[in-house]
Amino acid sequence: MQGDFDALEKRLGISRRDFLKYCTGIAATLGLSTSEAIAMAEAVAKPKKRPVVIWLHGQECTGPTETMLRSEHPTLERLILEMVSLEYHQTLDAGAGHQVEHLKELSMKENAGKYLLVVEGSIPTRDGGVYCKIAGKTMLAHTVEAAENAAAIIAFGSCASWGGVQSSGPNPTGAVGAQAVLPGKTVVNIPGCPPNPYNFLATVMHFLTFGTLPELDSQNRPKFAYGRLIHENCERRPHFDAGRFAKEFGDEGHKKGYCLYKLGCKGPETYSNCPAVEFNDVGGGTWPVGVGHPCFGCTEQGVGFTKPLFSLAEVQTHTPPNAFPSIAQREDTPGMSAGAAAVAGAAVGAAVGAAAVVSTRLGKSDSDSET
Amino acid sequence: MDRRTFLKTAGAGVAGAACISTVADARPNLEPAPEAVGMLYDSTLCVGCKACVTACKEVNDMTPVDRGDGHIYDSALDLSGDTLNVIKVYSDGTAAVKDSEENGFAFEKRSCMHCVDPGCVSVCPVTAMRRDPLTGIVTHHPDACIGCRTCMVGCPYNVPQFEYDNAFGRIHKCQMCNQEGLERINKGGMTACAEVCPTGATLFGPRSMLMEEAKRRMELKSGDNYNFPRGDISKPESYHEKELEADYQNHIWGEKEAGGTNVLHISAIPFDKLGMPPLEDRSYASVSEGVQHTLYKYMALPAAAMAGLTYVVKRNKDNHDGEE
Repeated sequence: MQGDFDALEKRLGISRRDFLKYCTGIAATLGLSTSEAIAMAEAVAKPKKRPVVIWLHGQECTGPTETMLRSEHPTLERLILEMVSLEYHQTLDAGAGHQVEHLKELSMKENAGKYLLVVEGSIPTRDGGVYCKIAGKTMLAHTVEAAENAAAIIAFGSCASWGGVQSSGPNPTGAVGAQAVLPGKTVVNIPGCPPNPYNFLATVMHFLTFGTLPELDSQNRPKFAYGRLIHENCERRPHFDAGRFAKEFGDEGHKKGYCLYKLGCKGPETYSNCPAVEFNDVGGGTWPVGVGHPCFGCTEQGVGFTKPLFSLAEVQTHTPPNAFPSIAQREDTPGMSAGAAAVAGAAVGAAVGAAAVVSTRLGKSDSDSET
Repeated sequence: MDRRTFLKTAGAGVAGAACISTVADARPNLEPAPEAVGMLYDSTLCVGCKACVTACKEVNDMTPVDRGDGHIYDSALDLSGDTLNVIKVYSDGTAAVKDSEENGFAFEKRSCMHCVDPGCVSVCPVTAMRRDPLTGIVTHHPDACIGCRTCMVGCPYNVPQFEYDNAFGRIHKCQMCNQEGLERINKGGMTACAEVCPTGATLFGPRSMLMEEAKRRMELKSGDNYNFPRGDISKPESYHEKELEADYQNHIWGEKEAGGTNVLHISAIPFDKLGMPPLEDRSYASVSEGVQHTLYKYMALPAAAMAGLTYVVKRNKDNHDGEE
């Protein structure tokens, strides 16, 4: 194994130590153990063949790619040059035009059943999908075609997950997510606007290492990243519990870092790991709520791009220590318990009984002595 | 006592009681105070954040309830000597849907309802419970209190609470943040619970305005959008727009119950599910005061009792004299 890592050191230009640190970090994001991190390291260190990735772009702002460009561990160039084989990506391809389209078709044919398909951006469906065309073919046709022989499909970003901002009313192009045009296929959704690159990377690493996809929730989002409400892990949660709210931007409470619920924070109804993973690898609470802006629910269909920015969120769940007494529950006062009352009652009863017996005896002895 | 005398006495008693109950109607329910202030608690708006519970404890300088079960948070089960305000939950079945009677849940706030015709004030023998003649706020005055705890029996909502665990315990109840030394209302402020409520589920203001607001909400249907005020309804600090997800019950708790209350509750599920007691429109205070005041009118009953006793004593004495 040492030899594998030596080769890797040369190949990736990264020290063994840094590499293992990266793998452990990714494993921690996934909630896996250290031994599984080693498995991950091995999967990258001696790849059978670098897995092929085909990356499609639909109607979008290229936010997910932009967020990928800013990932630090690994950096983008290491990812695409050393870990995966990115064979088609409109933003990053060196070539252009018919040349790359041709290469894409070749690659898809050659790696049928083995390549990873990443869809970014929504897919217009109205009027046969004419509102987004690449190389003379609709995005709809591209997606269906590429999904046919894909080993796994990842929808990266809110647009690809359910349609994102384009799908909000009036939605003139009939924009939908990848899953909607690929019925019967499992599409892993990594929503977010932009999505967190590490949720994507961790999913890819899981797939490379174990050959399977991570556990998904009911909306096909990986549970390790979208399993809990933002509200549950938010560093401002204690302010919510104590009733300390920022009432407007720049007020006393806002400056003190109070809870942003009253400003329309959608954390209480949005599932994502933003407060735990944060953004841009700079630490220090670098995520929307951390820097003072309410969450707008970008990872949650029906919340992000749908609900007004500053309207109040529906608080979805109440997690411990937040518990509520039921209507009928009473505070138990330190008085006499039922058991104690029974004992006392028995004692009183015994005393009364004894007194009665004694009095009859007394009466009897009186009459006895008289006779 | 022979059978004949027994029946005679019983008959007289029944007649007397009947007479009392007719006279007892004399006192009607009290009317709301001229500048009555109160609160409107809208269960459908409550998100269960318990900011009101925390704020109440802070303002009233009360300690969190520690149940010793590992909870690091205040975990009061009900009102007590340490808790003047608590959020409780109704839940049924899977408790999946908010404000649904079946397989749903709903929040309910427990705190003093500040009755228009308060039972606690009526029963207090030393006027330690008082209804403010102007604002209608029901306050407790420990300097006058003798600790008889009759107010606890007189309250239909189980509100006044005694500190049983304290050798020098006293009665505690919500005084709408207007007790001596705090006087937030007199200073033009509002209750702490209404001030911190992020959704306007607890709304402070004049009772008349709150009643109008509650009636406006009764007209809404699920799906309607409504601009909900927060803080003090007479000068709201802000509004938030929300789409109604459940229909309100057409019932404003506190409009009529036992003479009405200054704290009004509205909800999407029936109030008996939220633990409200079954109450007639007639206040208990008006009935019991009617009875009591009739009995003692012109000292008539004590005089009659005195006469009766004198007669019995005299007869017994005469009988004794005869025996000897």
